[in-house]
Amino acid sequence: MNIHEYQAKDIFRRYGIPVPPGDVATTPDEAERIARAYGTGVVVKAQVHTGGRGKAGGVKLAKTPADARAAAQQIIGMQIKGLTVPKVLVTPAADIASEAYAGVIVDRGSKRAVFMVSPAGGIEIDEVAATMPDKIMQLAVDPRYGLLPFEATRLGFFLYKNGKLARDASKILRQLWQAFTGSGGSLAEINPLAVTTGGDLLALDAKMVIDDNELDRRPDIAALRDETAENPSELAARRANLTFIKLDGNVGCVVNGAGLAMATMDLVKYYGGEPANFLDIGGSSNPEKVINALRIITRDPNVKAILFNIFGGITRTDDVANGIVAATRDAPLNVPMVIRLTGTNEEIAVQILQEHGFSAMTDMDEAVQKAVRLATGGKAA
Amino acid sequence: MSIFIDRNTKLVVQGITGRDGSFHAKQMLEYGTCVVAGVTPGKGGQTFENKVPVFDTVADAVAATGANTSVIYVPPPFAADAMMEAADSGISLIVCITEGVPVLDMTRVYPYVQDRKARLIGPNCPGLITPGMSKVGIIPGRICTPGNVGVVSRSGTLTYEVVYQLTRAGIGQSTCVGIGGDPINGTSFIDCLEAFEADPDTKAVAMMGEIGGTDEQQAAEFVRAHMSKPVVGFIAGQTAPPGRRMGHAGAIISGSAGTAAEKVEAFKSAGMGVAQRPVDFVPLLKERL
Ligand SMILES: Nc1ncnc2c1ncn2[C@@H]1O[C@H](COP(=O)(O)OP(=O)(O)O)[C@@H](O)[C@H]1O
Ligand SMILES: [Mg+2]
Repeated sequence: MNIHEYQAKDIFRRYGIPVPPGDVATTPDEAERIARAYGTGVVVKAQVHTGGRGKAGGVKLAKTPADARAAAQQIIGMQIKGLTVPKVLVTPAADIASEAYAGVIVDRGSKRAVFMVSPAGGIEIDEVAATMPDKIMQLAVDPRYGLLPFEATRLGFFLYKNGKLARDASKILRQLWQAFTGSGGSLAEINPLAVTTGGDLLALDAKMVIDDNELDRRPDIAALRDETAENPSELAARRANLTFIKLDGNVGCVVNGAGLAMATMDLVKYYGGEPANFLDIGGSSNPEKVINALRIITRDPNVKAILFNIFGGITRTDDVANGIVAATRDAPLNVPMVIRLTGTNEEIAVQILQEHGFSAMTDMDEAVQKAVRLATGGKAA
Repeated sequence: MSIFIDRNTKLVVQGITGRDGSFHAKQMLEYGTCVVAGVTPGKGGQTFENKVPVFDTVADAVAATGANTSVIYVPPPFAADAMMEAADSGISLIVCITEGVPVLDMTRVYPYVQDRKARLIGPNCPGLITPGMSKVGIIPGRICTPGNVGVVSRSGTLTYEVVYQLTRAGIGQSTCVGIGGDPINGTSFIDCLEAFEADPDTKAVAMMGEIGGTDEQQAAEFVRAHMSKPVVGFIAGQTAPPGRRMGHAGAIISGSAGTAAEKVEAFKSAGMGVAQRPVDFVPLLKERL
């Protein structure tokens, strides 16, 4: 789960990391009012689930409250990497002497949490890694001991030659480790970690990604989810316990299992079509899930054909068939549907479908080709 | 023979009285797996299906039955502890089916299990099956048939699809292993390839990977450097957009790394066969057997 900069800053603040104050505005009026209350120059920052906001024009310096208003006017509602900005953070402008990078992520290769620091901050760390890899220091944390003080010191002195700054940085890194593990993060990043002209360290940006598997045991973190920043169909799917990702094609896919779902989408493409979505109904075959899945897919006006691909292992194909029948009873489909199912209780499923005027296929390739043909009006495959 | 499980597998089911645990314990018994014990804290002394004794701890189960393998069906908040308990009780193969284990928990579980010289498969995996002999996990037994193709995959139903097509085409399997779709798991593709290479009854390997991470690229390098047996690979997620988690916690393209194209390229340069569709495994394996 992604959270906003202002939410990550709230978490950082709780763990003692020096973060500038700030308030969130959803209208230009509010932004102006906040700026006036600070009585200093401010920065108006897009709150949206992506980085690189600065480059995209989503971070603007405002000298006066009127400027803050104008900046908010421009930023709220703008698109950054395909996402609409719902609100802005208004925060006092800092006088920056230098910018560094500090972050911790879960690294698949070493199977550990890994710290990364770089004196080259303010730009994306991938870019630093590509152009000046010797400007990055990495440190894999032994989960038995956590980030040890001497390790934090080592990282701190890689960032700053000045002893005071290095020690301050090492303290911030230890606090960052606490914030990361204490919130169930899979990533926590300060970029930039700024040195002000007054010689203090300040986390001017904060980014955290939370491991979805942590949310059940951390209700306070789960409450940070911003549903206004989510795609409406993806939100509906999540509420129905389905994994759904919207794409731009016209073949709606309903599949059980993530790997088979991806393979089905790929096969749609292979036969000349484009998948409209990724959708995994999961292992348990509750008819309710099928009903919700169909409802979500048919809401997409791009969808010209629907493809079911169900391999019954734990999933009972008769449950899926019952779900299809129930879902189409009240709301008949206005696009053609191709149903492929095989495995557990296949005979019963086929019978249920036939009794209700549906036919079922058993071969995945044939079903995909048929769905693509129907979606493209016979042009492909 | 097979890899990881065989006739000497003596299985303890952790979470045997739960909904998933009891359902699959029955299925494994029906398949002929030697299920010697179950564990549910507080239910020690009960008997499952009139034949399997239930214990409060894995240590008790091992002491009483000599169990050497464990399969875990406990809910996510308790899964990390269950894996560590199994490793500490002397179990040498731990198979964790549970989906939804926090990744920070896995950073602790992995070294713990390694220190105790146990092998962990999963979490978030369908387990493994040696057709006609033993099954540990949830792979449907009737789609498999004994033979000499080793199967290893990051996903469940995609594995079933491929195995089913192989079986229909008369290509049997030595062992099928699902290593799971999480970013940190106990057993990698390379571990399985190494075991298949050493297994006299495996003549070729079918490998199903997906987007995210570099496990497949490393596996390809292993195939090039160390495998004498032919390997055919498939990558799911050609059409996946970057930055989105495709169902599996580990199936995500970060920046431009972990794409399907990059993995397919690695397979090709290692001299592996590349299946563009699941159905392509059949002719590609037939050519190589
Ligand atoms: N409070 C602030 N005061 C002064 N400059 C800031 C402030 N916040 C951000 N900046 C400047 O804007 C740049 C981009 O902002 P940042 O929050 O890092 O967004 P992003 O990483 O999405 O581009 C920073 O590197 C910094 O130079
Ligand atoms: Mg930044």
